Amino acid sequence: MIYLDNAATSWPKPPVVLKAMADAMEQAGGNPGRSGHRLSIAAARIMFDTRDELAGFFGIHDPLRVIFTANATYALNLALNGLLKPGDKVVTTSIDHNAVRRPLRHLEKHGIHLDIVSCAADGSLDVSAMTRHIDAATRLVIITHASNVVGTILPVSAVAEIAHHAGALLLVDAAQTAGVLPINMTEMGIDLLAFTGHKELLGPPGIGGLVMADTFEVSRLETMVRGGTGSLSELEEQPDDLPDKFESGTANLVGIAGLGAGLRYVKERNLEQIGEYFKKITRILIQDLSVIPEIRLYGTLDAEQAVSVVSFTAAGRRVSEIGMRLDDEFGILSRVGLHCAPAAHRTIGSFPEGTVRLSPGSFTTIDDIKKAVQAISEVVKT
Amino acid sequence: MQYGVVLFHTTSAVMKAEKLLLKKGVSIKLIPVPREFSSDCGLSLRFDWDRRDSVASELNAAGVEMMGIHQMSLK
Repeated sequence: MIYLDNAATSWPKPPVVLKAMADAMEQAGGNPGRSGHRLSIAAARIMFDTRDELAGFFGIHDPLRVIFTANATYALNLALNGLLKPGDKVVTTSIDHNAVRRPLRHLEKHGIHLDIVSCAADGSLDVSAMTRHIDAATRLVIITHASNVVGTILPVSAVAEIAHHAGALLLVDAAQTAGVLPINMTEMGIDLLAFTGHKELLGPPGIGGLVMADTFEVSRLETMVRGGTGSLSELEEQPDDLPDKFESGTANLVGIAGLGAGLRYVKERNLEQIGEYFKKITRILIQDLSVIPEIRLYGTLDAEQAVSVVSFTAAGRRVSEIGMRLDDEFGILSRVGLHCAPAAHRTIGSFPEGTVRLSPGSFTTIDDIKKAVQAISEVVKT
Repeated sequence: MQYGVVLFHTTSAVMKAEKLLLKKGVSIKLIPVPREFSSDCGLSLRFDWDRRDSVASELNAAGVEMMGIHQMSLK
């Protein structure tokens, strides 16, 4: 089997991740922040250590500004619902994911003004177009760090500069890039970062987070959920302390333990080397696919400008048929369709049919890529 | 014997303080919050009262928010 669906979720996970999750259940099974006994303390240490490592990894100082959520979607919803008020203008791009677009369409009904900047057909964003859309009325700018459909990387730092110049905040969706590209929120000017643990941070599903820059004014962000925090129980009002303001209810300790182990694995393997490896296998994948005449590739076709996500269609072929045959006949796992990003597919010209998406991961070998391309070639010709 | 406890609003702050002070070589222990204080985050940080000044200054310097520092005697 060759797994090329890492943009949906990475697989397999490093053994250290599975071990950390089992260890957390066996050796730290208390409820963090709820009690004073050893199992509760052990659980709280796992949570804090993971928070601390994430803060360092994303370039902020205060670990309490890392808010754990179930996934990037929840983090994006927290940021959007917590920040935006009726009358606010929001600027986003035409390749965002439904995790951004759907909450925005909902908020639009409640009085926010949505301004969508078109990306080019290869997914790239013209920074000068962004300048024309962001004005003094803009409260928030949202961009995805890299497209989940074609992998194209967007110019985060340049957009941050424009947003800040206009007095707006920048929210970045890093679902496809955390663990692949370096992200230093302080240097890049990111105010809010939504990430997920189960993609290239190599953790389990069900854990992600929202990270707030050290300079972000926390009082601007309302919480979405209120409840027990283990702190200030005498109060019937939600506390303002971080991270408790945003983290009510018992945490996903096992997920956090797995995420922590995944992150340490990524750091040991070295982010720069991981990035180079991804470029190398993506370059080979694009090159080898591009010589098959039946195939149309989407995106920049440049591994320097994209993460390892490659989309294609084949003339006269149903994408679902291609995906099924790759799985059934060759054991090659891809994802076909719209990838929860109809706007992105409209942008690249593949709506409503969608594409076949191939997303190699950290454990994909060059041999896997060669075999996959051979199989695709047979499927589109027969 | 005199010792001190630091109380915090959240367990995350206790964890932050613990990690910081251990790194600075200050001997500490996490203990349940003494009964007489109303804080219920469950945990507080116990230290040798002689180290009061360095505990306070290290935590202040790192921006760890405290509810208070109290002197205690064993009973």
